[in-house]
Amino acid sequence: MGKTFTTPKALSKNHTHYCPGCTHGIVHRLVAEAIDDLGIQGKTVGIAPVGCAVLAYNYFDCDFQEAAHGRAPAMATGIKRVRPDLMVFTYQGDGDLASIGMGEIIHAANRGEKFTTIFINNAIYGMTGGQMAPTTMGGQRATTAPAGRDTADTGMPIRMANLLAELVTPGYITRQAVLKPQQVNKTKKAIKQAFQYQMENRCFSFVEVVSTCPTNWGLTPLDALKWAEDTLLPYYELGDFKVPE
Amino acid sequence: MAKVLMKGNEAIGEAAIRAGCKNYFAYPITPQSEVAEYLVKRLPEEGGVFLQGESEVAVGYMIFGAAGAGERVMTTSSSPGISLMSEAISYIAAAHCPAVFVNIVRGGPGLGGILPSQGDYFQATKGGGHGDYHLLVMAPDGVQEAVEMTMLAFTLAEKYRGPVMIMGDGLIGQMMEPVEFPDDLKTEPTNKDEWATSGMDFRKSKKRNLVKSLFLDPTALNDNNLALKAKYQQMKEEEVRFELYNGDTDYRVLITSYGTMSRVCRTAIDMLKEEGIEVAMLRPKTLFPFPEKAVFEAACKDSCKAVISIEMSMGQMVEDVERCVKGKRPVEFYGECGGDIPSPEKIIDIIKGLL
Repeated sequence: MGKTFTTPKALSKNHTHYCPGCTHGIVHRLVAEAIDDLGIQGKTVGIAPVGCAVLAYNYFDCDFQEAAHGRAPAMATGIKRVRPDLMVFTYQGDGDLASIGMGEIIHAANRGEKFTTIFINNAIYGMTGGQMAPTTMGGQRATTAPAGRDTADTGMPIRMANLLAELVTPGYITRQAVLKPQQVNKTKKAIKQAFQYQMENRCFSFVEVVSTCPTNWGLTPLDALKWAEDTLLPYYELGDFKVPE
Repeated sequence: MAKVLMKGNEAIGEAAIRAGCKNYFAYPITPQSEVAEYLVKRLPEEGGVFLQGESEVAVGYMIFGAAGAGERVMTTSSSPGISLMSEAISYIAAAHCPAVFVNIVRGGPGLGGILPSQGDYFQATKGGGHGDYHLLVMAPDGVQEAVEMTMLAFTLAEKYRGPVMIMGDGLIGQMMEPVEFPDDLKTEPTNKDEWATSGMDFRKSKKRNLVKSLFLDPTALNDNNLALKAKYQQMKEEEVRFELYNGDTDYRVLITSYGTMSRVCRTAIDMLKEEGIEVAMLRPKTLFPFPEKAVFEAACKDSCKAVISIEMSMGQMVEDVERCVKGKRPVEFYGECGGDIPSPEKIIDIIKGLL
């Protein structure tokens, strides 16, 4: 029997700095597998965000640029417009994309930029240590919402995939999760599909991935999966919000 | 090539194309929106990329992305817009990417006004964004120099792998003058295979490139800052550009002035000469690197009794002039920055007051 499980070529051999139970590692692998499957490693440029994935370029093996907080979609626009033959993806968290980078993502999506965004939604700021994000659930505790998020004061959590799907410009907008193996398989399919749309020069493609942050949630990795399943998924509904015609 | 009559803003756009820059991202702001309105027509003819971004913040990163991918790229803006781009400019400097920024300066601070000003001297030469970096800054005194400097800016941005700024002002952007374009820039960016994210397949080495500005290791960050410092030192040695006007006389006063303001000073110097009063002007063409030695030497001429920096600001370049004169002569200042440009008669009065 041949080898059935190996490190994707598009992943480096470096150990990650991610916390135990963090799902960044899973999504990194899925992105790398999609790159391998499509044979695009040599023409892919990734954009690292600011946040936990700021060092993503240490874990992928392809060209990478590093953006300022929230600016990855503008940077990706710059690369893709001047080099449409490259495959460009941004990898962003929820503080980066849904807070400080809201303007950049909305406009990139609305212009129908032909790049792919992988959006990790774990409902909290990770790298800075557990502050409230625009995606934090009502009542969810954060260091800047110690009694739990008061939505009367700070608004309701933002559902990025729903919001972007409202744009009239065609696009591929989907929300997936990596809490269970079936979800991981579906996320892989979605990421590959997103890259395929880009290869075909079809549309902007956006894969939101509901993820966990056991460290800043104050939960064990297993409890974190359960909390995400019980608390996040009812609000962050999974599925395709928009597909190109 | 024959001379053509062109508005400064349009000439800057044309100069970029002739320098081989086929990529332009910008956000509208007075008094330079004509650059975008010109390039939106011209770039498609050249097979180039034109994009109006959603904000100057985003445009800064479109420039960063394109520059990081190894393509020649430019944006143009005016003072408040440059403030917003300054975040990206800091990152671009830190990541060693070549890019050209044009600032057609208007009055500030805040929304200020839309008339010409030189109030962004500090922003252009001392930072603007965070951290230890400089821009190479050139200041044209008219449309012809704006063209020449814009074309040169791409060569210098690539030579130093960093951001270069053209600091004009609203008058240079808006006025029409006859202009002759130099020969097209034929060179291609060199060494970009060593650093640009142009795709591994497209390079012989097949090794990946990273464009980044995060150095968590203190030694690595210090090394990056030392690498930047070395570039600025090389600029100081190789890129200082200036003009000394009426400097072969026994001038009694030395004016330091640049850009539009220097043209008024030039007229005042000519008028004073007719009265038998000799005055010289040291006009920096590069604001960074600053012509430190030239200012010192011109100020120290035996006949020269005083130095005066005349600016469309409340006194910015004068601080560099004082630094360079090292107390050897009194350094005075005159400036206005509401948008009205001081007249030659006004300058003559000021000069006579120094005698």
